Amino acid sequence: MSALRMGRRLPRRTVPRALMALGALVAIGFVAVNVAIGYVVIDGRLDGQWYDVRDLGIGVQELREWLDDRNAQQPGILDFLGQHWISYAVTALLGATGILSIVGGALLILIWVERRLIGRMQIRRGPNRVGPYGLLQPIADAVKLIQKEVLMPRGADKVLFFLPPALIFIPMIVAWGPIPWGAQMAYLDVHVGILFLIAVSSLTTLAIFMAGWSSNNHYALLGAMRTIAMMISYEIPLSIALLSVVLLSGSMQLSTIVEWQSTHNVWLAALLPLAMFTYFFSSTAELNRTPNDIAEAESEIVAGFHTEYSGMKFGLFYAVELGNALFVAALTATLFLGGWSLFGLEEWIPGYLILGAKISAAYFLLVWLRGTLPRFRLDQLMKFAWQFLIPLSLLNLLIVAVEASVFARWEVKGIVSLGLFAIVNWAAAIILVREWARRMGYRPEREAVRQPILTQGVGGLQAARRLGAPEMGTQV
Amino acid sequence: MTAATEPYVLNIGPQHPSTHGVFRLRVVMDGERIQDVEMVVGYLHRSMEKLAEERTYTQNIPFTDRADYLAAMSGNLGYCLAVERLAGVEVPERASYLRVIFAELQRIASHSMANGTFVNDAGAWQTPLMYMFRERERILDLFEMTCGARLTTNYMRIGGVAFDPPEEFYPAIESLVDELPERIEEYAELLVDNEILLARGRGVGIISAEDAINGSLVGPMLRGSGVPWDLRKAEPYCGYDRFDFEIPVGRQGDAYDRFLVRLEEVRQSTKIIRQALDGLPSGPHKTQIPLALRPDPGEAYARVEGPRGELGFYVVSDGGSAPFRFHIRAPSLINLSLLREMAIGASLPDAIVALGSVDIVVGEIDR
Repeated sequence: MSALRMGRRLPRRTVPRALMALGALVAIGFVAVNVAIGYVVIDGRLDGQWYDVRDLGIGVQELREWLDDRNAQQPGILDFLGQHWISYAVTALLGATGILSIVGGALLILIWVERRLIGRMQIRRGPNRVGPYGLLQPIADAVKLIQKEVLMPRGADKVLFFLPPALIFIPMIVAWGPIPWGAQMAYLDVHVGILFLIAVSSLTTLAIFMAGWSSNNHYALLGAMRTIAMMISYEIPLSIALLSVVLLSGSMQLSTIVEWQSTHNVWLAALLPLAMFTYFFSSTAELNRTPNDIAEAESEIVAGFHTEYSGMKFGLFYAVELGNALFVAALTATLFLGGWSLFGLEEWIPGYLILGAKISAAYFLLVWLRGTLPRFRLDQLMKFAWQFLIPLSLLNLLIVAVEASVFARWEVKGIVSLGLFAIVNWAAAIILVREWARRMGYRPEREAVRQPILTQGVGGLQAARRLGAPEMGTQV
Repeated sequence: MTAATEPYVLNIGPQHPSTHGVFRLRVVMDGERIQDVEMVVGYLHRSMEKLAEERTYTQNIPFTDRADYLAAMSGNLGYCLAVERLAGVEVPERASYLRVIFAELQRIASHSMANGTFVNDAGAWQTPLMYMFRERERILDLFEMTCGARLTTNYMRIGGVAFDPPEEFYPAIESLVDELPERIEEYAELLVDNEILLARGRGVGIISAEDAINGSLVGPMLRGSGVPWDLRKAEPYCGYDRFDFEIPVGRQGDAYDRFLVRLEEVRQSTKIIRQALDGLPSGPHKTQIPLALRPDPGEAYARVEGPRGELGFYVVSDGGSAPFRFHIRAPSLINLSLLREMAIGASLPDAIVALGSVDIVVGEIDR
């Protein structure tokens, strides 16, 4: 008789134990490496040599110099594609592998993190069955999704239906290129970084619309239409918010923006509160996350544009959603929270750890919002974008433009002028938000009406009239 | 320039996240605007009323659990009252008090569910529902303690209740009743002052007091429209006139008012339970009735204020041991009938919120 029949406990914990040990080993190794880096840095031995892993650029620079030496000794061997092609190829390979593995690994962990956090917010435990603390849940999910049949609905446009899960994945990965992870650790440190990001992130819309259009499903079509309307509306305040960052820091290059924050010892979040709010809110709209998840509003249109996708195709949409959320957190951390710099601490701690911590903080905010808020309606969201966010961010842009020109022309000490800007911007943000909200008809005095009338007596229509029920057909 | 558009039919349900069971809507839409709604019911029909004609009066009590499965106690209570009226059975005082306590607990559980799912329909990601489930869970624990079942309680009997609550019941319900007001304040803080919920609920699915009466709406739907009508006050049964409580009434008759009314009713129910616990008399919890009750030929109708409104039971006896005719007046079915008026002209999200504020239970609609 088998062990199962006998009712004996099967040794089910052995596999998770081994994995737990492996995970602990990896974690200990990672921590040890970083502690060692910190120790060596403090000891002064990590002085910008090729082994300085805080900074990928140093290694590449070393490689380039070594190539120059080789070419000087034996010209012609390595330069058939140009002098430094190997250094570019090595960087490209390292960076691409790094981005893919970090984002991919983060996605796997994030699914667990998000579900656990939401579970805690909803006074339940979250996934805790598969592996230690449920850590293997994402892998189990992925295996399940891969096993499932990928259905093609009848009447669907086959090519257009096939493409979006792959197409939507590309901008999500590519957008990670310009994010600087350390002093010279940006894979694609283009001069027009912000422009590049805006361009790349709006490509997602195309894939979403393709998915919605080709599914031959009304829910999917409604979701796609909502997405288009929302993306068009929210790209504008988002771009304006990013533009005020560009104005103040004087560059579109993400690494320069981070360096600007690092040299002035200030986070742009402190200087541009309204821009940060606008960016964050617009991003939640672009991400389809609560309170703005109207493109896949579960209670209304089931799953929106990806209603008809099953199996791993759905899995890709899900992963991209999380990846984009993580990217928004990363961009928030980079632009508004000082990126990889932390008031001089980046001299000792590798920049990628600092950035990782900041990304986690920003991502936690996104999860928190999702765990708390209900959803807006489409027309309310549109109204909010066009009547509230766009005028306010334009006004904010005007203020920031004046400040930027003052900052550029007059030689005032940074602490004085930037401190003044911070005070002015915070005051302006509070006043603008309050006054504009009142202009749009928001009245906090309605507070008193948020209670039902309490009565002891009963009755019909007359009693209702006595209690103040409005006449039929009156506008309330 | 306007582009030519044509209406299309969107099928919502029978399987859809916010139809609360197997209920189907055929919606004719123009873009996001609703032009017409056809409600299709019957997916959960179990022919309860016909089956009841084959069973004895006591054997029919479990059917009332399964009609409104979120408020089994209220169903039990209404049916038992009807049969007691038909057969002229007296109910001991203690049984009446216990019935009040359990019916009010059931109301709290049901309203927690209703408000939680309403906020879910408005787009929250399960969080308020999960919090409200916490209280519902404790109430269901109390049910389990007393009668062994959590959902389909089958607790009330003709002439009383099935069991006296056990010893551990009293400290548990005391602590629950003490905690509930705090909890309700917590929800009120999270939800009543929530601007998004206000924006989604205010002005959505408005029903005027006239329409509510003409449509014979009942329960929180009717009270949300401003009509102060509650059977516990208007036609007190089980001695509800002994308790001091108030009826909450909405101001505008929209989805948000119904939500507020339900939240306030939970508060009032807590008050009633507190008074009933303090005044709980000792004595028998049940009068003995013959196993096969044979009431004299005749008919009786009894109605109670269930969580969803007036829940009526009509029983006709021909002198046999089974009812000759058994009919349930289900509040969900009648409350649902005005959904079409609420939805036409609204957008799809508004219609979903309006449907959520009706608080239907499909088991009761289809029976």
